[in-house]
Amino acid sequence: MTLELVIPDPRLAVEMRGIVRRFPGVVANDGVDFDLRVGEVHALLGENGAGKSTLMNVLDGLYRPDAGEIMVGGQPVEFRSPRDAIAAGLGMVHQHFALVPTQTVTENVLIGLDRPRFRIDIGRYDDEVAELAARHGLGVDPRARIWQLSVGEQQRVEILKMLYRGARILILDEPTAVLAPQEAQDLFRTLRSMVADGTSVVFISHKLGEVAQIADRVTVMRRGKVTASGIPISETTTAGLARLMIGRDVVETIERTPFDTGPVVLSMRDVEAESDRGLPALRGISLEVRAGEILGVAGVAGNGQSELAQVLTGLRHCSRGSVTVNGVEVGNRTPRDAINEHVAHVPEDRTGVGSAPNLSIADNLIMKSYREAPVSRHWSIDTGAVRRFANRLRETYSIAAPSVETETRLLSGGNLQRLILAREIASEPRLMVAVQPTRGLDVGAIVTVHRLLLDQRQAGSATILISEDLDEILALADRVAVIYEGRLVGLFDAADADVAEIGLRMTGGMASRPPEPGDAPRIVP
Amino acid sequence: MDPTIILAAGVASGTVLLFAAVGEIFAERAGVINLGVEGMMLIGAVVAFGTAVATGNAWLGLVLGTLAGGLLAVLHAVITISFQAEQVVSGLALTFLGTGLARVLGEDLSKAGAIALLPTLTIPGLAAVPAIGPILFTDQSVLVYVGYIVVPMAWYWINRTRPGLHLRAVGESPTAADTLGVDVYRLRYAYVVVGGLFAGLAGATITLAISPGWFGDLTVNGQGWIAIAIVIFAQWGVGRAALGAYAFAAIQRLLIDIQGPEQLFGFPNPFYVNHTLTFFLGMVPYVLIIAVLVAVSGEAIRKRIGAPAALGISYVRGERGH
Ligand SMILES: Nc1ncnc2c1ncn2[C@@H]1O[C@H](COP(=O)(O)OP(=O)(O)OP(=O)(O)O)[C@@H](O)[C@H]1O
Ligand SMILES: [Mg+2]
Repeated sequence: MTLELVIPDPRLAVEMRGIVRRFPGVVANDGVDFDLRVGEVHALLGENGAGKSTLMNVLDGLYRPDAGEIMVGGQPVEFRSPRDAIAAGLGMVHQHFALVPTQTVTENVLIGLDRPRFRIDIGRYDDEVAELAARHGLGVDPRARIWQLSVGEQQRVEILKMLYRGARILILDEPTAVLAPQEAQDLFRTLRSMVADGTSVVFISHKLGEVAQIADRVTVMRRGKVTASGIPISETTTAGLARLMIGRDVVETIERTPFDTGPVVLSMRDVEAESDRGLPALRGISLEVRAGEILGVAGVAGNGQSELAQVLTGLRHCSRGSVTVNGVEVGNRTPRDAINEHVAHVPEDRTGVGSAPNLSIADNLIMKSYREAPVSRHWSIDTGAVRRFANRLRETYSIAAPSVETETRLLSGGNLQRLILAREIASEPRLMVAVQPTRGLDVGAIVTVHRLLLDQRQAGSATILISEDLDEILALADRVAVIYEGRLVGLFDAADADVAEIGLRMTGGMASRPPEPGDAPRIVP
Repeated sequence: MDPTIILAAGVASGTVLLFAAVGEIFAERAGVINLGVEGMMLIGAVVAFGTAVATGNAWLGLVLGTLAGGLLAVLHAVITISFQAEQVVSGLALTFLGTGLARVLGEDLSKAGAIALLPTLTIPGLAAVPAIGPILFTDQSVLVYVGYIVVPMAWYWINRTRPGLHLRAVGESPTAADTLGVDVYRLRYAYVVVGGLFAGLAGATITLAISPGWFGDLTVNGQGWIAIAIVIFAQWGVGRAALGAYAFAAIQRLLIDIQGPEQLFGFPNPFYVNHTLTFFLGMVPYVLIIAVLVAVSGEAIRKRIGAPAALGISYVRGERGH
């Protein structure tokens, strides 16, 4: 036994022992052991805030551990910065991409390298990057600027950055959270070819199906500790993994009691709007949503979903058409007008639009109700009432945080989403606009969010659910609308929706044929 | 009212704005706003002039004046990068500090007589080129020629070299730079100091070449602030900043010259007749800057040029929200 500890195991690419990392008020890693074998894909699972990203940031040299030791290739290492980690053959693709939006793909790849020494002959490096990209099936134009790329392409740039540096150990922090299913499959193909070359991969994900597909072994974390260490994927089940993550059984039983829909709440007629870049994003959208119904909007990212949500919530100007809520025009008005009509918004961008990261939980919770009693009296805010209001929501929606005075940026993804939902539901919505409400959330948090949305439906609010996750839409929605290039190209009753048909239309398969009355039983003529 | 004279004068005094603006571009491209430019220019101006008076050597004055500006910038770097204090507050404080310090140092200098100035040059061949020769290459200070060289070099540095790539990365996305092993703190320090050196050089250019002498804080007279406005006007581009600096200075000269003659295009000159009207003339350059700024900003947004994304934000590794 002792001998085994002394002689480093040659099959281990990485060995982490007893890692401890604290943040003010939390122990993010509490004595974590983790090992990665050469040439394997090792999945790291755990609920939101379990400490997965922290552990990998420690490995990558971005955070210094408070205790513990790390061996790479059998040698003890102490990385002082990611630069040291790169030198040791480690590359990490962060959960939030670390790219310079105004620079080109090649420029992003070259940042931090010692070569070229001074003058950059960009043409030569464009060719090198293009060649590397082609070799690994990571199609992307080296001359494009990052802001022009889709998220999927941006991720390929992140991987290219690491490959160009000759990384033999690749850490991917939730790489598929922002990818369409097809893009995820492309990524897996790339990963398999890299693993075949002897690269080792740490793969963090909340999607258990993907983990089963790509991983060789699994380590599960919960509240800063390891609950299952390096078990072979063949010995696990999805339900078992979920239990290890959450600490109890998670069964998502979606009960959708049939509900008589009420009057029309949202009505859009012929709405057109432009994207940030001034291109047409919505090209004549007409739809209706009734009280007590969930309309799912399915589509591949970038087909006008974000603009649709923004038009509904007063955040984007529409160049044509009308948007009414309960008969009151809200299109081309201010967000305040939408709020006054009880339009709730769970936005895609949770930190930029959905919350103010540097303000406290309490301040974020009162953002929609600060003008009304009991939070404010006349023009002054009643701090006692704010605290009571915030604490009540914190308990009702189980937002895990030291106190309501905690800054919002310190919340984990799942808890931040609970906060946003708590605020929006507290505003008693008549129309709920939810965009990608469960992206990046753990299985437990997803169940919570789904339940909250269904409760809203039961309470008689109209809901428009915009998601790239077709399974989610089919599970929650009463009707499914498919959006492609800013047009609705199909409207189905969820009960008898044909998944293949929806998938085809999402990719423009039926775009040449305009939607027929049969497709769209309730569409506005 | 000779256009050649006005443009030549614009190029000469525009060189001061150009140096200060290029320095500010370096600092801001790295993500640090330096509002202390005015103070750093004053310090550079007084140290340069004082040295020239004391030693009779204008070149030594130029070197020490430049270094003095850099020294004040080190303070800005320590305050904003090491202690992560608010950049705007630190910059304003340094302008006050620089102004006060320069007035104390320069107390006896206003009485100083004529000093040896930096030489002026006429470039043989080039001066004979019609139109531009008499403007750009005739009887200009050696520092004006330095300006001609600095602009393409700075552009090349920022856009075509490895250090420039890192400079842009640090100002746009310090997290991306840091995760790839670029030392964000060191680079920001370096470029803040470079900005200060340029501000010091700009100050020295005033007192040793363009309008020699020491007139208290009127020596610089707000040109540091104008340089900062030019950086915004130029959308952080070196070439545009140079054009802006020359044009601004030429317009200023034009507006002074316009007040001279009794007749203007055959009519009585209103500015000659009614002196109060000249105050409106004084506003013109600033109104022009605002107008151009508004005109170009839409285009800038579409092309994604403009303020570096991390401008004004201290970088803390591992802090959420970056
Ligand atoms: N920079 C930081 N400052 C303060 N607290 C932090 C910081 N980073 C993480 N934390 C806290 O540490 C804990 C672990 O966070 P971490 O990001 O590692 O979780 P995770 O497992 O990656 O979760 P997710 O699935 O949501 O990405 C959380 O409670 C989080 O709030
Ligand atoms: Mg994470």
